[in-house]
Amino acid sequence: MSLHESTSRDGVGRWYDLFSRGTRDWLRHNEKIREAVREQLPDLVAGSDVLSRPDNRTVKVPVRFMEHYRFRLRNPDVRTGAGQGKAKPGDVLRPAQPARPGQGKEGSGEGEGQITFALEFQIDDILDWLWDELELPHLKPRLGTRIEEDAYIREGWDRRGARSRLDRRRTMKEAIKRRSAQGPEAIPIVNDDLRFRQLARRRRPTTNAVAFFLLDVSSSMDEHCRRLAKTFFFWALQGVRRQFSTIEIVFIAHTVEAWEFEEENFFRIHGQGGTKSSTAVHKAQQILEERYDPAMYNCYLFYATDGHNFSEDRRRATEALLRLAPLMNFLGYAEVSHQNHRRLDTEVAGIWRGLGAEGWPVGSYSLTREADIWLAIKAFFTDQAAEAEAQ
Amino acid sequence: MAEKLEDLIPKVETLANDLGLEYYPVEFELVPPSFMMEVAVYGLPVRMPHWSFGVRWIYQMVQHRMGHSRIFEVVFPGNPNRAYLVNTNSLEENILVVAHVLGHADFSHNNLTFVRSQEQVGYRIVEQAAAHARRIAEVIEEIGEQRVEQVLDVALALEPHIDTNLPLNRSKYRPLDKRTEPEPEGFRGRYQQLPGEAQPERKTRGAPEPLHIPPHPERDLLWFIATHAPEMEDWERDIFLAVRKEAYYFQPVFNCQIMNEGWASYWHSRLLREADFLSGQIYVDSMKTHSDVVRPYAGEHQVALQVNPYHLGYSLWEHLLENGGLEAAREIRREEDDFGFIRNYFTAELADEMGLFVYSAKKNGEIRVTSSNIHELHEAILQPKFNFGAPRVVVDELKSDGTLILRHEHENDGRGLDLERARHVLEYIDRIWRRPVKLYTIDERGRQINIKPSWEID
Repeated sequence: MSLHESTSRDGVGRWYDLFSRGTRDWLRHNEKIREAVREQLPDLVAGSDVLSRPDNRTVKVPVRFMEHYRFRLRNPDVRTGAGQGKAKPGDVLRPAQPARPGQGKEGSGEGEGQITFALEFQIDDILDWLWDELELPHLKPRLGTRIEEDAYIREGWDRRGARSRLDRRRTMKEAIKRRSAQGPEAIPIVNDDLRFRQLARRRRPTTNAVAFFLLDVSSSMDEHCRRLAKTFFFWALQGVRRQFSTIEIVFIAHTVEAWEFEEENFFRIHGQGGTKSSTAVHKAQQILEERYDPAMYNCYLFYATDGHNFSEDRRRATEALLRLAPLMNFLGYAEVSHQNHRRLDTEVAGIWRGLGAEGWPVGSYSLTREADIWLAIKAFFTDQAAEAEAQ
Repeated sequence: MAEKLEDLIPKVETLANDLGLEYYPVEFELVPPSFMMEVAVYGLPVRMPHWSFGVRWIYQMVQHRMGHSRIFEVVFPGNPNRAYLVNTNSLEENILVVAHVLGHADFSHNNLTFVRSQEQVGYRIVEQAAAHARRIAEVIEEIGEQRVEQVLDVALALEPHIDTNLPLNRSKYRPLDKRTEPEPEGFRGRYQQLPGEAQPERKTRGAPEPLHIPPHPERDLLWFIATHAPEMEDWERDIFLAVRKEAYYFQPVFNCQIMNEGWASYWHSRLLREADFLSGQIYVDSMKTHSDVVRPYAGEHQVALQVNPYHLGYSLWEHLLENGGLEAAREIRREEDDFGFIRNYFTAELADEMGLFVYSAKKNGEIRVTSSNIHELHEAILQPKFNFGAPRVVVDELKSDGTLILRHEHENDGRGLDLERARHVLEYIDRIWRRPVKLYTIDERGRQINIKPSWEID
């Protein structure tokens, strides 16, 4: 006999302390699930909880374990087994269960496949998949027509320069070259070996962006509508974010008046009374002028409403939008409602249609169910990509 | 005075030898609980990677966290035997485990099913499985994870579909050899040597018929596919044969679980009882662990829908030893597996004493105790163990165009296959067979139907 301890005397652990096979194979399983889930992108995108933590760059999706299939017998009508305990023939250990609605075909199979667990997905991954799915061109940071700023970039090396820009790696290379040429007596480093990074000034297109989210919070906008709006805003934002290094977001809610909000409160606001969409557009314009120089920013505007608007507001809303449109890269209109097959024939939809007819970069999307979100997002990304290419 | 495990082990072994236990040397190793958990999942200390082990592993983790599972010991029979003890267990627990392991070692050294399997796989399965794992890791490096995984998907799904009545090394069926059937191997060969079994006359007259492949329904799917697949690459074949060899090792463990655990439990309790070198306290504490292990799942006034194999095996061995003595028990240990053990020795009186019963569970959720007929009880206990726990699927025919015809021998199983799962398995097979694949089974009304991969059209 012999007995080994799992750690040797010098404290070096054994191989199985360093590495868990179970974890490795579990991670591989999850990877396979990711591949499988990817095929269900529409569901993923429509998941209403994606926005729960907007700063988080991941979403959680409930998934089931994968099953490694083997030959098995069909479930019998009556299963027999051996049990143990205080019981005699004829005893009913469990009475028949009343059939519950919503239950699967035959209760549940045993073993794997039942437990669900939450898998986290990187939003960037999902967007990549979306892009592949839609076969959209991969856009470079958009070259603004007028938007440029100065930037210093590294360019080349010199023997003189500021100490802080000393390139040690290059310097060492030079020193080694020289020493190997000079032989063993060579001095380790001489001034001639020093290399400094040089900077050059370049103009480069700005990659700043600002997105305005306008939400109608009048009494007709209920939870359902808000959720649709929220999900749409979220994905639209992700699509824009893909192209810019920094993006700022302005949240504006309106009824017959408009207010700016912080993100946390934005989707919780409930207003009273009627709707004047012009107020929100005015507010956006005002904020834009105060804070964001259109020459320095790529600007986007998204508006979600159920489409009802006071008809006396029509002219003002149209004018406001026409004033704002030239400053925007893209304007998106999402109409959220309960009625199926809405054809974007509401008051507000008409105004936006007019805007598009005048050649401004506008997209309109109708959302009534969660399933529509996928279509709307697809349409938005396609429109947006087309606009960005055209510019 | 504190006693040490390494000092106690030789004493337990001396006692075991005095009591007549015979076994190959045992190497004990103390390992962390996480390692034990992985061994329980993989079945071997080092084994090939596959995502399905990951799923089992997470289940094990969840169970463990909830306190439902605790693994005391694992021993791998071989020469030497390799036994693992958990380093967080108490001395009392581990001394019991040592005695238990010696019982297992005696069992695997003497039980004929084990002896045959060990002869086939060569007494060093732990090292061999590690070599398989290493080889597969190299192939993954070379060929890529996805392709290797596809092969492992098939091979591991077919793991129980082997035929241990036939030797590990077999020669391929040859279509050219039309005149004579190959000499029967394995069980058939041995059967024909029995007195009174006249050699059937060989059919050599008449026009030679092309040999039907396989000449009789072939149960060893892993072997058949590995040796007869029209376009299998060498590394793919190696993976199949590696999985098959491990399955040859696992089968006796599976087929003798009740006997083996019962035997080991009998010996750990006896060894500890007779170990006068143990302090009274260690003995008492170890026996407490013992009763935790071999107690029935159901408490005093409860009912369990499962039978604890440790309890069943232990009670049965105690009964046999009391009534027939040690020598007779050794004979049984040598010759039986669970099927013979239960059917031949598990009596109605003992079942009654232990409170075992047969129940039936209907789809509507009703569970009723149906009968206490001893034969029905035998079959209810053994039912999950038939054919390595899997439906019996055989190769029926390899057609000349390479089509593989599989057939589910539903007569033995009494019902058809789960069609959805069967289709998935066929799809696994299809990817490696690379010719059409078809499987016959029956539907819920008993009509014969065939299943094909979903991408194959009629």
